Amino acid sequence: MNEETHEIRLRVNGVPRAATVPARRLLSDCLRHDLGLTGTHVGCEHGVCGACTVLLDGRPVRSCLMFAVGADGHEVTTVEGLAAADGTPHPVQRAFRECHGLQCGFCTPGFLTVVAAFLEENPEPTEEQAREAIGGNLCRCTGYVNIVRAVLRAAELRRAAGRDPQAGDPAPRGPVRRQRP
Amino acid sequence: MSARMFGAPVQRTEDERLLTGRGAYLDDLGADAYAAVFVRSPHAHARVRDVDVTDALDVDGLIAVYTHEDLTGPMAEPLPLLLPHPCIVDGRTPHALAAGYVHHVGAPVAMVVARDRYLAEDAAERIAVDYEVLAPVVGIEAAVAAEHVVHAGMSDNVAAHLVQEVGDARAAIAAAPHRLELDLDIERSACTPMEGRGVYARWDEAGGSLRLYSSTQTASGVRAAVAAKLGLDVGRVEVVVPDVGGGFGVKIMHPWPEEVMVPWAARRLGHGVKWTEDRREHFIAAAHERGQRHTVRAGFDDEGRLLGLDVEILHDNGAYLPYGVIVPIVTSTQLLGPYKPGAYRVEFRSLYTTTVIVTPYRGAGRPQGVFAMERTMDAIADRLGRDRAEVREVNLIRPDEMPYDQGLLFQDGRPLVYDSGDYPRTLRMVKELIGWEGFAAERERARAEGRRIGIGLACYVEGTGPGPYEGGHVQVGTDGRVRVATGLTSQGQGHHTILAQIVADELGVAMSDVEVTTGDTRRMPYSVGTFASRGAVMSGSAVALAARKVREKALRVAADALEADPGDLEIAGGRVHVRGVPGAGMDLGTVAVLSNPLRYAFDEASRAATQFARPADHAAPPVPEGDAPGLEGTDFHSPLRSTFANGAHAVVVETDPETAEITILRYCVVHDCGRLVNPLIVEGQIHGGVAQGVAGALYERMAYDADGQLLNASFMDFLVPYASEIPPIRIAHLETPSPLNPLGVKGAGEAGVIPGAAVIASAIEDAEGFPVRSMPISPSDLFGLRRRFAAGEIPPLRRAERARGRRANETGEPDV
Ligand code: FES
Ligand code: FES
Repeated sequence: MNEETHEIRLRVNGVPRAATVPARRLLSDCLRHDLGLTGTHVGCEHGVCGACTVLLDGRPVRSCLMFAVGADGHEVTTVEGLAAADGTPHPVQRAFRECHGLQCGFCTPGFLTVVAAFLEENPEPTEEQAREAIGGNLCRCTGYVNIVRAVLRAAELRRAAGRDPQAGDPAPRGPVRRQRP
Repeated sequence: MSARMFGAPVQRTEDERLLTGRGAYLDDLGADAYAAVFVRSPHAHARVRDVDVTDALDVDGLIAVYTHEDLTGPMAEPLPLLLPHPCIVDGRTPHALAAGYVHHVGAPVAMVVARDRYLAEDAAERIAVDYEVLAPVVGIEAAVAAEHVVHAGMSDNVAAHLVQEVGDARAAIAAAPHRLELDLDIERSACTPMEGRGVYARWDEAGGSLRLYSSTQTASGVRAAVAAKLGLDVGRVEVVVPDVGGGFGVKIMHPWPEEVMVPWAARRLGHGVKWTEDRREHFIAAAHERGQRHTVRAGFDDEGRLLGLDVEILHDNGAYLPYGVIVPIVTSTQLLGPYKPGAYRVEFRSLYTTTVIVTPYRGAGRPQGVFAMERTMDAIADRLGRDRAEVREVNLIRPDEMPYDQGLLFQDGRPLVYDSGDYPRTLRMVKELIGWEGFAAERERARAEGRRIGIGLACYVEGTGPGPYEGGHVQVGTDGRVRVATGLTSQGQGHHTILAQIVADELGVAMSDVEVTTGDTRRMPYSVGTFASRGAVMSGSAVALAARKVREKALRVAADALEADPGDLEIAGGRVHVRGVPGAGMDLGTVAVLSNPLRYAFDEASRAATQFARPADHAAPPVPEGDAPGLEGTDFHSPLRSTFANGAHAVVVETDPETAEITILRYCVVHDCGRLVNPLIVEGQIHGGVAQGVAGALYERMAYDADGQLLNASFMDFLVPYASEIPPIRIAHLETPSPLNPLGVKGAGEAGVIPGAAVIASAIEDAEGFPVRSMPISPSDLFGLRRRFAAGEIPPLRRAERARGRRANETGEPDV
């Protein structure tokens, strides 16, 4: 029994890419294993941890909850595409390093993409807003203390770099709500 | 002289890679490998009657299916009993694949290898296993009752039993002016690193050797274990640990069934094979911890001084005992904390249940021990109507009593002797930080507004950096770059950064010229692993010692070339030069060239090292006797005993009078891990630990039903906190150096988590006015306690009674 496959074309980090995938292939697996972009991580495969977050047309999505065929014709940004073309790190990347906002680094790509999108929408967040912005991503190492600091620091760096807050409403998808067992 | 790196809040060298997606975690490797998945038991306890693979065989892309029947020799034998402690009564370990029986949901029964993961899962779904379901044994009560046993051939479920006693505790309690008894429970939780386990193996037919990548906390341990299972000389097994997405203890266990099956299959198939654990597998097939019940009997005097302490512990070690016995052993000893009871007796029974095995989870039995001891301190204070901090104070070991011998054997089999620490000062500092003295008034003000708040306090002592040893290898290349290797592995603790800081200082080079490798048996085969907060203590000391050797050799070789006295030379900025004359010297890279006498030149630099380059002393061999070529050195740190860090946490919580929701208002940490190598990293470790402590106190538990099904085996249901659940954390450091290592450091990795359950229980109890004896506590648990309290089933705290009395009289003396 051979599985039917589909041709998809998408732009990943500004580069046109193509892949041949079965309908059930997750976008996370396609990015990681078909396109070799292993910076996007998979921590739960059920939409709770946010490690797999990428930007789809600028908005954060959980790539483990999407099929690759659904990304056909879209623009995807992964952690590998956050830095400027000349390699200058994104303010969020700089801030995470300065504030020690990562330890094992496994959750980090998800945080970076979420925060990058958040700051486009809200370039001057309060601490409360910063905390809320990362409220759908799990990190087991940092206790989030330095991640919140890093969000605020990234906003500062971004302002210092004089970037225009872009129009649009790339609102992060809210966290998956959980009930106590 | 370049600025000292030791002690500076240096940014991490690991980060640049990890922030740009250039990390390499286990599943990022082996793009062309076959995928393995495991068929796992859906039952907690069953006999495997038959495994029928027929249906799976026509799945496209299937490569192989294996069951226990396919395994021979050591592979067919049970996995090793990793910690063969004499207290083990009957040590059972699992087979790589179920050999007739399964003892927990998630136990591996068959292995499927296919072209990709999706196809392997298709095939696994089609494998039909016929089980004869047997009686499950779930929870400590069922294990003790032993109506059913987990393992055939045993008459009960006792895996291990140990009594330790200093003095005659029972007599001391009987003779004491006051006595009390408490039952204290902690439920199971788990490490749940964001990256699960994973193994990738490649067999090299030509070399007859194996390359194994594992997301593990011990490269050398996996290497030895896999070599033994596969019948290979260890020299033919290389274990390389890639970036690891968190461990917290679970990845110190080895070899996992999957860790021997994957290389076994890779060798058999002559092809790379990879297994990447999914989240559900991590919940049901990796390991848990913490499930423990304590019965404490204490005798004390009018000041609250402990005269005798008698503790009985029941530990749920799950289905097998490869590693879990360490947890009650650690609890037994670390329970004593910073205190000195007159006499102490501790007895534990470690019990089999048909649930996932136990391996240490950050803190490793200490959170339970601290919970038992600190709840006891609070209960004593309440009984006597004394301030909770004051009762702790009278029991503390004083700085002038250091080193202090508790008279027991620690988890490493060596004496439990505290090396250093200033416990009274730690306590004073945490009281100031949280505002202990003014709290009674704060609580009353809140009460007047209809709010309930409470304050809690907990102290701990943590044995860190146990032996036997760790090694360091430091090599200066002819390019002047310094390559450092140590065998233990890193899971996010920043070892690459702190080891580079240490070596940069020792050698007088820039940190940017130091590259660190961890967990690669090709670079440092001798090692133990990463556990018990031992990275900085053990590997930090080892690389410092190795760097000192290199420094000494560099000075010797340079002195020879410069015709100077080694004592007149110093190294700074990567150059050896005559002290005070920076111009008169040479780069370390040149020294490295000279330290390796050559016959052949292959570039400009090596020319200087050939036998023809300069006049030689014909009376001496080119490599002096007792010396070796190259500018490198290896050394090992093997300390006499563990070093003991300590600290105290304090917390203020608010409990909602209606919904019983529990909110942490402020959390304070005083922490003494000896000298700090990098405060940025130490604070990060504390933050993460506190988050896990809060999680274990308020959110996380393993919800097993009576059949042994884990009901919350996903991140949807097992509540790892998000940012919204973690309170602001205030930290103050004390630095009491350890005399047991060349750097004066103590471990810092676990401290943050240890007093979590104890301190939060203390504060909730204070807010509510009735005792809290079991953790974790959810709002519905608290709501249930309130009901029982209202029904008179739970007695009030005496201090709450007294406060009520005072309020009624409108007088008041502070009673915190
Ligand atoms: S892997 Fe997608 S949310 Fe966890
Ligand atoms: S840094 Fe390890 S999970 Fe966030």
